[in-house]
Amino acid sequence: MSSPDLPLVAPQTAHAAPSAGSHKGTGKKQRVRRLTGRDRVAVILMVAIPTLVVVGLIWLPAIASVLLSFTNWNGVGSLADVKVIGVENYTNVFTNYPPFKPAVEHNLLWLVVMFVVATPLGILFAVLIDKELKGSRFYQTALYLPVVLSLALVGFIWQLMYSRDQGLINAVLGTQIDFYGDPKWNIWAALFATCWKQVGYVMLLYLAGLKGVDASLKEAAQMDGANQVQTFFRIVFPVMRPINIIVLVITVIESLRAFDLVWVINQGRNGLELIATLVTANIVGEASRIGFGSALATIMLVISLVFISIYLWVVMREDER
Amino acid sequence: MSTSTIGGVGGRTVPGVPKAERRTPPARIVLYVFLIGASILWLFPLLWAVFNSFRDYGYTQANGYASFGGFTIKNYVNAWQQGDFGRHFLNSVIITVPSVVLALLLASMVAFVVARFNFKFNLALLGLFTAANLLPPQALLIPLYRFFRAIEVPYWFSYSGTLLDSYWALIIVNTAFQTGFCAFVLSNYMKTLPYELYEAAQVDGLSVFKQYWKITLPLCRPALAALAVLEITWIYNEFFWATVLLQSGDKFPITSSLNNLKGQFFTDYNLLSAGSVLVALPVLVVFFALQKQFVSGLTLGATKG
Repeated sequence: MSSPDLPLVAPQTAHAAPSAGSHKGTGKKQRVRRLTGRDRVAVILMVAIPTLVVVGLIWLPAIASVLLSFTNWNGVGSLADVKVIGVENYTNVFTNYPPFKPAVEHNLLWLVVMFVVATPLGILFAVLIDKELKGSRFYQTALYLPVVLSLALVGFIWQLMYSRDQGLINAVLGTQIDFYGDPKWNIWAALFATCWKQVGYVMLLYLAGLKGVDASLKEAAQMDGANQVQTFFRIVFPVMRPINIIVLVITVIESLRAFDLVWVINQGRNGLELIATLVTANIVGEASRIGFGSALATIMLVISLVFISIYLWVVMREDER
Repeated sequence: MSTSTIGGVGGRTVPGVPKAERRTPPARIVLYVFLIGASILWLFPLLWAVFNSFRDYGYTQANGYASFGGFTIKNYVNAWQQGDFGRHFLNSVIITVPSVVLALLLASMVAFVVARFNFKFNLALLGLFTAANLLPPQALLIPLYRFFRAIEVPYWFSYSGTLLDSYWALIIVNTAFQTGFCAFVLSNYMKTLPYELYEAAQVDGLSVFKQYWKITLPLCRPALAALAVLEITWIYNEFFWATVLLQSGDKFPITSSLNNLKGQFFTDYNLLSAGSVLVALPVLVVFFALQKQFVSGLTLGATKG
């Protein structure tokens, strides 16, 4: 899927831009007026075509999901028969849909584990590898190798560890645990495999961030008698604020979008309910609960938009400065 | 930095002071052990899959998976044939290549305008594109699914008769999704190009399109290469859209076809291992060959060029 896939902007790069930017600004405005007719058409097309693609295929469907969530459409018949039923779908989601509560809990658990386990571990590895010990390239490569694999494939590879009869863990421990099948275990098995992939990604982002931190800052802190841990938490970490926020937002959004691994295991049932799998299950195959599924989708959309706004605000502000 | 680092670096670069190196060990040894341990732990699931993919089913049945011996390459042949991997790899290529090219093309156009001109809507436009990449795909599923199903196309265009269950649906969706990310990164990159270049081009009478095509794109080659590597791995790995927009098993790209094959592979873990290794192989090859581009792609915005 998509993707742990986000751009980031390092803190220190912001300084280079301002003078050039403002200077460019005044120069450009005049030049825009001087555009010939053909250039104008070129500029308009260059913006319009990609915008149409993105708005038409992403933003309009997103809005359509929101609108459908207030209807009772069951997917059969024309849109003319659709009745607007207000917030009934939402009421049903919250009061009358047993899988919803576990799904929310699982999504939250997902978020907490990514946040409390994967992120700190990624930061720790980044800090250690940034010390440029012997063989740091090897450690780095080993740790982020899983990042290039798809989450679906991660599910299969970990099946070799988790399987009840043929998995390595049970063979070594002499146990008979069905890690993917047993609802007591499967969410943890999925989380463990996801962490395996996520840690390398966080590490990579922080490695880039650490390279950007001014070495003299660290030296100055050391000079003032700060130890390594103090230097990191009081100086280095705060300086990386934009990256911290970006990693935070990525973690939230990716936790909300979590889907592939769980779908591969059992299509999000029996202890692995997630909001994303509920939406999918309500739409694909059975054409009966479009309005209801849309309500679930809208809930996802609203939560992500909050964090996307934070993300854009951080990124664009860095851009402006 | 830390004393231990200074000691380490000094010990390595200045041959006259080996004592510094000898004095620091305890903390360093712990560090090394920790990092080596973690690296092995991280590589292990992959190595385990590779190891078992080369072993005979009968042998592992008799001796258990945690044993040694029974090596064969038969699993790869079987996995390839039973899983129809040739076809599914081809499907992945059919979907991935146009998506990456289109996403980069569309993104570079928007990025060029945003970086080259100072319009008032620039920031909003970039926000619109970047945010699109971050929306949960499930939130667009119903309208897109219905939309693709409603659009009828001639049979030579898609065997299904609609866009649903066709490669086109996946190409279109992947393009739309990834354009946002690429536009953001490319616009940052293009902003670092010297503005004098365009002034000179202007003087020479180069049209805006030629400024984009002949000046900007060639200069953006490093960024385009890095993004291409990243996008290839992402779209190759894409699972959700392929699972919900395709219905005939023979059209699945390799990543989601594995799910289809689960039934056949389920009891034979050596076969499953071989299948997993085969699926991982293309991205691993890309990754090792173009590691630098991959990493710089992920962190491209960080340097702004």
